[in-house]
Amino acid sequence: MLRFLFTVVRRDVLLAARRRGDWLTAQFFFVIVVSMFPLGIGPEPGMLRTIGPGVVWVAALLASLLSLDRLFADDYRDGSLEQAMLSPCPMALLTLGKAIAHWVINGIPLLLIAPLLGIQFNLPAAALWILVLSLAIGTPILSLLGSIGAALTLGLRGGGALVTLLIMPLYVPALIFGAGAVEGVLSGSGSEAHLSLLGAFLVLSLLLAPWVSAMALKVSVE
Amino acid sequence: MNLYHYASPSTFYPWAGKLIPWFAALALILAAAGLYIGFFVAPTDFQQGEGYRIIFIHVPAAWMSMFIYVVMAFWSAIGLAFNTRQSFVMARALAPTGAMFTFVALWTGALWGKPMWGAWWVWDARLTSELILLFLYVGVMALQAAIDDPRRADRAGALLNLVGVINVPVIYFSVKWWNTLHQGASVSLTRAPSMAQTMLWGMLIMALAAWMYTIAVALARARTLTLERERQSEWVRARLEGQP
Repeated sequence: MLRFLFTVVRRDVLLAARRRGDWLTAQFFFVIVVSMFPLGIGPEPGMLRTIGPGVVWVAALLASLLSLDRLFADDYRDGSLEQAMLSPCPMALLTLGKAIAHWVINGIPLLLIAPLLGIQFNLPAAALWILVLSLAIGTPILSLLGSIGAALTLGLRGGGALVTLLIMPLYVPALIFGAGAVEGVLSGSGSEAHLSLLGAFLVLSLLLAPWVSAMALKVSVE
Repeated sequence: MNLYHYASPSTFYPWAGKLIPWFAALALILAAAGLYIGFFVAPTDFQQGEGYRIIFIHVPAAWMSMFIYVVMAFWSAIGLAFNTRQSFVMARALAPTGAMFTFVALWTGALWGKPMWGAWWVWDARLTSELILLFLYVGVMALQAAIDDPRRADRAGALLNLVGVINVPVIYFSVKWWNTLHQGASVSLTRAPSMAQTMLWGMLIMALAAWMYTIAVALARARTLTLERERQSEWVRARLEGQP
């Protein structure tokens, strides 16, 4: 069982490593979206510090959605998805593996870039750490919930925009708690409560999301 | 009583046709009575003046917006568990009405908020979660509209529905979780309501009217959907040829 999970993750990460252009697009998208905000709002440091955490978090949501519609689509097109679904291992493991791979490919680079963007937004060092920590807990949620949307919209026209419409409302708690944690550091009220709630949300989505997206895959492929 | 008997489209269709006029008439009578109580009988509020009377529309709409989502999730769960086509039809028939009530609740809330709070919109927890509920309705309808195969559309929509239903309790309890501008719930089951009896009656009657309206409209929509989906079957052909 664990080997199956490991194989799924390894295969997706290998594929992504061989097609670097694909996943780098999402990372640069993240950087560019975040950099657009000071240009639109103005370079006033106090203002940037206030909006910084929210902007980075919203950009992270958008970047993860951007890469989601291809989560199952490539495998579906060349038929390997159906082969994987025929395996005796539970399908929830397949979707869990896909979500983990999506996080490794798209989530971890975000964690590494985020502090740099935080400095651009004039965030203090303590807030930078919490920003990375909140993204570390939060981005797996984005990949997990996103896998439900990707499975539901598999092979539909206008898949990308549709995924955004379906999944964005479900991301709201992650956004509130994640950006709230950094906000808590800036305002001095502490971030533990927000991070704990974010962790609880991660556990909940880890329990339910792979299972639901496995059912959604069954509906979409049959 | 065999429930599967009523789950068959050929039984559902004439039954729904017989029930619709009753529920529609009840909705009309109750709405007339509720509006009469709300606008002519209920006293003027000593703090909010006449402006508060919008609650006779606003509160029932907000209740229905949340309740319909739960009912949709119920039918979705039944449909997924027992594989009954008619349950999916009911879930699908309810969605536009739910979205409509959510929109009405937001709209009337804005109309109320302008004179009372001095703002059309505030980012308070309850308003925000009602807005997210509207997005959830739109999401379910958009997903079902994007899928051509009705079987897949039903199941995909049902799954999304069940995932989204987690949001409905968040709406309801957000008043307790976040302490914000929005006034606390004025009606509760555990203590005496903090409003005049006639106001309460007006609101409850309007809520019943909204309920009856929802049943009538959902059944009518379900009938049309059934007819569309069962167009190949014998009984639909016989029925359509029988009527001039």
